[in-house]
Amino acid sequence: MRRFTLHRLWAIVLKEFIQMRRDRVTFGMMVGIPLMQLMLFGFAINSDPRHLPTALRLVDQGPYARALVAALRQSEYFAITREAASEAEAARLLQRGEVQFVINIPEDFTRRLLRGERPTVLLEADASDPAATGPALAAARTLAGSVFDRDLTGPLARLRGKPGPVDFQVHAHYNPENITQYNVVPGLMGVVLTMTMVVITALAITRERERGTMENLLATPVRPAEVMIGKIIPYIVVGYIQMTLILLAARFLFRVPLEGSLALVYVVSFAFIAANLAVGITFSTLAKNQLQAVQMAFFFFLPSILLSGFMFPFRGMPEWAQGIGSVLPLTHYLRIVRGILLKGSGPADIAPELWPLLAFLVIALLVGVKRYRQTLD
Amino acid sequence: MSDFAIDVAGVTKRFGDKTVVNAIDLQVRRGEIYGFLGPNGSGKTTFIRMLCGLLTPDAGRGTCLGFDVLRQQAEIKRHVGYMTQRFSYYEDLSIRENLDFIARIYAVPDRAAAVQRSLERLRLANRSHQLAGELSGGWKQRLALAACLIHSPQLLLLDEPTAGVDPKARRDFWDEIHQLAADGLTVLITTHYMDEAERCHRLAYLAYGQLLARGTVADVIASAKLTTWIVAGPRLRAIADALRGRAGVEQVVAFGNTLHVSGREAAQLDAAIAAVRDAGHTWTRAAASLEDVFIGLMDTARDNFA
Ligand SMILES: Nc1ncnc2c1ncn2[C@@H]1O[C@H](COP(=O)(O)OP(=O)(O)O)[C@@H](O)[C@H]1O
Ligand SMILES: [Mg+2]
Repeated sequence: MRRFTLHRLWAIVLKEFIQMRRDRVTFGMMVGIPLMQLMLFGFAINSDPRHLPTALRLVDQGPYARALVAALRQSEYFAITREAASEAEAARLLQRGEVQFVINIPEDFTRRLLRGERPTVLLEADASDPAATGPALAAARTLAGSVFDRDLTGPLARLRGKPGPVDFQVHAHYNPENITQYNVVPGLMGVVLTMTMVVITALAITRERERGTMENLLATPVRPAEVMIGKIIPYIVVGYIQMTLILLAARFLFRVPLEGSLALVYVVSFAFIAANLAVGITFSTLAKNQLQAVQMAFFFFLPSILLSGFMFPFRGMPEWAQGIGSVLPLTHYLRIVRGILLKGSGPADIAPELWPLLAFLVIALLVGVKRYRQTLD
Repeated sequence: MSDFAIDVAGVTKRFGDKTVVNAIDLQVRRGEIYGFLGPNGSGKTTFIRMLCGLLTPDAGRGTCLGFDVLRQQAEIKRHVGYMTQRFSYYEDLSIRENLDFIARIYAVPDRAAAVQRSLERLRLANRSHQLAGELSGGWKQRLALAACLIHSPQLLLLDEPTAGVDPKARRDFWDEIHQLAADGLTVLITTHYMDEAERCHRLAYLAYGQLLARGTVADVIASAKLTTWIVAGPRLRAIADALRGRAGVEQVVAFGNTLHVSGREAAQLDAAIAAVRDAGHTWTRAAASLEDVFIGLMDTARDNFA
């Protein structure tokens, strides 16, 4: 009688499902928000900015150097607006944001190329806006491999093919993790889930209290854990629907390549969704009314967005911010999902990020159950 | 097992430094309909909440259905049906869904049949798909009664169940309550209606957290030792003004076309009446009504405790 029972848990789950179905507006929002966000970010993903201001530090005047510059120009991604006389000047231009890229072609470029020594071309990029630099860098990489194919004939033909005649190096400044635009989608999935899941469950118990139904619930033998878990389960389903929508749109609307195992993403997401729901439920045991509950949810949402590595590269943040960040479920989820979807990570690779997530879930639930008041005192 | 469904002593509840329920003793026999009366804010709801484990008493002890009020709240909850003062079922669930939910929570055996029986018993069957939020007061009250009966409790705690319900529905409701009591259920019910108070086997009167009177209707009236004169005729305002303030006159209350003048000192009251009495009105000395007694109790309580 004092123990957790499945029949009472199931009673709560069913009730929540019916209420969710009746509340069309909220349900619509839960489906609409992820789609809307994806559309908004989708433009960023799709944007393929060209003619980005570029400074050229061309020390070698040989024909191959000129051919490379011409080819970069032709790609339309690079608009060479400045000539930098020195390394210092180039650095300054990049720092001030006057140019997005600096192309360094060293002094003995042509000679070393012809000797087969694979001279280095350094492309420095201001990668603080990865959506802007990503496509340009990708174009430059392809180009460097094939630009000389036409010119390298006769005995020089051996320089063609792997590893290519030029050692093309990209140095991304201001964004060492060098996040590409594709990172947005897995990130967005975590952000949308955090936002909707926490808010929705934060309201769950405060709503019962405000509508007066809590008094009735408390007068029955139902246990705190039954109420809390019973309110979480239906929203896990909603979380999965949101996830699926985002993944479908990412794949078919925005053509984001999805590597790795989707099944693994779904399995791991269970812990993440449940962790967010548990936070929400815990907030709703603490909040006095629905407004407070929503405020608490945002109080949680803000650091999640700012300190998880979604907005700013995690390793670029100060220690204290990393400390807060590593407690948040979103931080670990982002790493897991990016790992799986972009790098094809397997279960063993993501395990170190999964434990903090599970620990967070358990602690949030315990706090919630402890704080759940069984009387009206 | 004791004869009492409720047997508590010294039950006290304070909110901050305000004592809302002050050292109340109450014994309710099994199968009894016990009325709980008193003005708003007198602590009736608070007392009931303490009985069913929703509030923790600051002092006092006792049992409810033989279970300790302080320690065995989980057991009490299983055997008590509590109908809250404010409708507290889910407005976005239908009648049937609400009943089904409660039946699941209590693990009622053969649930579907139990829900159906309770729908039929309270004549809710042909509305079972209506959302609770769309029901009028009387139907909401029926749903609430059906829901708090579905797990076959031994004790019903009904907090102002008939507030805002029309007279016909009120009468049906009371017939139902008497039927349940005849079947052995104990009922503690709060109300503001005198006719309902008179339908209780026994009752208690509460004001400012103090239990001021208890017993059968006759006991309560007798213990008040109140004498009442009923005055009928024109211009009762003038008569009322003339009577107020005289020694022995404790209450002057207008009831429709009559005036009820009451006091506990019969001799003094008679003297006061004699001084004002005229030929233009009919003056009758009568037994005090329950309402006279309650108004008297409330006035005294206000002087003593407020
Ligand atoms: N949770 C609470 N916190 C503070 N005061 C309360 C609380 N509940 C009730 N009260 C106060 O206790 C008094 C008695 O209330 P209540 O038991 O609802 O009276 P009744 O049901 O007889 O109208 C009222 O003055 C009310 O304001
Ligand atoms: Mg009340």
